[in-house]
Amino acid sequence: MKPSLVSSKQQVIRSQNPESRSDTAQGARHKEYIGQRVSFGPEPYAFAKGELMARKGKKKPRLLQGNEAIVEGALAAGCSFFAGYPITPASEISEILAYRLPQVEGTFIQMEDEIASLGAVIGASLAGAKSMTATSGPGFSLMQENLGFACVAEVPCVIVNVMRGGPSTGLPTNPSQGDVMQARWGTHGDHPIIVLAPSTVRDSFDITVKAFNFSERYRTPVIVLSDEVVAHTRETVVLPDPDEIEVLDRIRPSMPPEWYIPYEDTSSGVPAMGIFGDGYRYHVTGLIHDIRGFPTARTDEIEPFMRRLFRKINQSFHDIQIVNHFMTEDAELIVIAYGSVARSARRAVLDARDKGVKAGLLHLVTLYPFPRRDVMATIRDARVVLVPEMNMGQISREVKRVNEGMSQVATLNRIDGCMITPQEIYDWLIKEA
Amino acid sequence: MGKRYEICLSGSGGQGLILAGIILAEAAGVYESKYVAQTQSYGPEARGGASKAEVVISDEEIDYPMATRLDLLLAMNQKSSDSFYFDLKPEGTLVVDSTFVTQTPTTKAVCIPFTEIARKELGREMVANIIALAALATLTKVVSLKSLEAAVLARVPKGTEELNRKALQLGSKAAKAILKERKPESIQGHGPDHEDTAYE
Amino acid sequence: MAEITKLVHKYLRHDKKFPHVWCPGCGNGIVLGAMIRAIDRLAYRKDDIVMVSGIGCSGRLPVYVDFNTLHTTHGRALTFATGVKLAKPELKVIVVMGDGDATAIGGNHFIHAARRNINLTAIIINNNIYGMTGGQYSPTTPYGMKASTAPYRNIEHAFNIAELAVTAGAVFVGRGTVYHARLLDKLIEKAFVKRGFGVVEVITHCHTQYGRRNRMGDAVAMMKWQKEHAVRVEKSADMSEEELRDKFTIGVLVDRELPIYTEQYALVREQATENLPRSH
Repeated sequence: MKPSLVSSKQQVIRSQNPESRSDTAQGARHKEYIGQRVSFGPEPYAFAKGELMARKGKKKPRLLQGNEAIVEGALAAGCSFFAGYPITPASEISEILAYRLPQVEGTFIQMEDEIASLGAVIGASLAGAKSMTATSGPGFSLMQENLGFACVAEVPCVIVNVMRGGPSTGLPTNPSQGDVMQARWGTHGDHPIIVLAPSTVRDSFDITVKAFNFSERYRTPVIVLSDEVVAHTRETVVLPDPDEIEVLDRIRPSMPPEWYIPYEDTSSGVPAMGIFGDGYRYHVTGLIHDIRGFPTARTDEIEPFMRRLFRKINQSFHDIQIVNHFMTEDAELIVIAYGSVARSARRAVLDARDKGVKAGLLHLVTLYPFPRRDVMATIRDARVVLVPEMNMGQISREVKRVNEGMSQVATLNRIDGCMITPQEIYDWLIKEA
Repeated sequence: MGKRYEICLSGSGGQGLILAGIILAEAAGVYESKYVAQTQSYGPEARGGASKAEVVISDEEIDYPMATRLDLLLAMNQKSSDSFYFDLKPEGTLVVDSTFVTQTPTTKAVCIPFTEIARKELGREMVANIIALAALATLTKVVSLKSLEAAVLARVPKGTEELNRKALQLGSKAAKAILKERKPESIQGHGPDHEDTAYE
Repeated sequence: MAEITKLVHKYLRHDKKFPHVWCPGCGNGIVLGAMIRAIDRLAYRKDDIVMVSGIGCSGRLPVYVDFNTLHTTHGRALTFATGVKLAKPELKVIVVMGDGDATAIGGNHFIHAARRNINLTAIIINNNIYGMTGGQYSPTTPYGMKASTAPYRNIEHAFNIAELAVTAGAVFVGRGTVYHARLLDKLIEKAFVKRGFGVVEVITHCHTQYGRRNRMGDAVAMMKWQKEHAVRVEKSADMSEEELRDKFTIGVLVDRELPIYTEQYALVREQATENLPRSH
């Protein structure tokens, strides 16, 4: 539930070896080691231990909202540009960044709408700034156009969608998970996308850092799919120190400008990215383009380009797909949940275990690319799988697709603007046991 | 869920209930290192609509962040007293602002005129929420008055510290008067225990 | 001729698969030429120029020139340009749009960019029609004229782009035509030099889509029409309303000073850091 970029083990190592922070060769190696370990590892409750450390007086926790934690995560990841348009329940992100960004030489601008917001974000990213916008359903709908541009032109950017009830203006102050499929398929045309869903305040921080790292590493827009509950719940958190956070930057071209081929295929599928003004003049377009960036209609150029777009994301699934297992090893009943619903699911699983029911939770942090392998391996031995969602069944469709008839997949849907309670999931678990 | 203590602060928009919820959560979470989750629900109105802040305090990690069965309900108007009373556990505590709540759903309810005290004693209705917080802390010991004061002073605007300190004292005094005339068991469940020496 | 050849070699992309997409006789080349001449006169570094466009015939313009070029979505060029400029204010950002691009789908972005006074130059090529998509009527198609989506006649009233820009708050607004090539050179140069949001509306012809449907003749005939209907701003002051009825003004419509966004934001940053602890 509370995955951490830095597990408590690493924090202990750090506190025992303060000299490891120095820039000696040993220090650098140590840092590298930590860099490798920095991931949503098998220790999803590291935060709990971090909190215990805090209780011993090491570091004071802070009371933060999910939206505030997203801001902290963005700044920790090096975000220096934000463009947005006010919308409930995402406005706090704009408000805080309007205050914070100019303090760190960054830029905040409130645009005339969400189309313009994502346009400005893409422009700023092309000029070298790590850029972000934040919105909710109605604004996310407007962003779909430029989201596709960012996919095709391969411009790193982070889009936070704090989901509220829809469709249309819907339920502005109520939670929902109705935008999952929109996040995946909202912009027209075939395209790969990365979608991450936080479920706690600490998650909101870690996932925002991850989102920036993924967007820079894979030159792609990354969607942080929060929801009203996660966004507005305040919890105490201890945020990691800046030097405990892994921050990745896009790969910049190192060859002489005349040798630079802006959309050249590489083994990673991710071309080096020139920045406007740094001497690598090239053409950026939303049209399908050749390796030099110029529009093309040649079939022998279109297909390799499209294939590379997918390959650069899909071949790195091991890096991108993050899931948390909770008591799944021997579970006969598996709950698959994400976002705020994963919180209820965890409580239900714990309570069911108290009653002797072999229940487990597979908590999806990465929604897309859909963690097919993890889901398959987990549900293979389960008798029944439950997918509770605050929608009519969006991730459950993916689970059923992956399931291929192996297990029975049940759904629990709530579309009344309220969060699914632990009781609802617990009742199902007891009934199925 | 035995270690879980659920509080709901309810009333109308503009009474400072969400700020009160944040302060309460901060007192417990930051100054007493408990696990807390604070949520709220509100309508589109900035002033006058229904407003509700919930705080869950626990000794263990909190998964479901919202209140389900309340241990403590503060109702700052009649409507919220009527609607949220049914979420209260049988052994839970109901505290109402008797300035606005004239009919209580139970005789166990603690009636303190928070807004009237704020108006008469301090000339500022806006500190009714702080008076109420101090009363809640005194009645139930959900947080210590010391932590509460620290949390209040960290959140309120500069220049209003003295006003808020006075508000805390008034709230605590009003609650103590209630405790003197009634046995604690007659009004409350089991709030977490504290060694509390502030304002003695 | 030698001068033109020199400029072609200096600024056009040699690795771009020419020929360009424009029809023979199109005015877009004249606009491109005017921009390149202005850039050359002002001795801007190619690395420092970002040329941004939207969608349509005008949208293809940046692809031919050797700058940092950005071909965005329809109507959104100014939003992308805003991001580029704010992230790197030292860059010279030039935005090229068409009439449909800037005043229909991008109309909102246009007035807000002008209102903010973002420090960039907008060149709006106005041919009164959606040319690339097949001659549909645009917000600048005159009342009563024909288009593929107004086969009987256009019953909407046209935007006056330059006056719209003045009202929205642009600090520099000029209008030229592709016929008055020397004036266009001057207007574009002035707009480039101007600090703040500068707009040049360029009246051009689309003989392929607009002229053909409205019996206005070929490119030469339509340029002649520009010559006959354009009136210098200075001269128009002494003309009666009746005399100006079917005319349009060319020249500098507005040249004024207003606070510039990027400069104001730099001050905001100073203000934001004033009381920050210096402990880091």
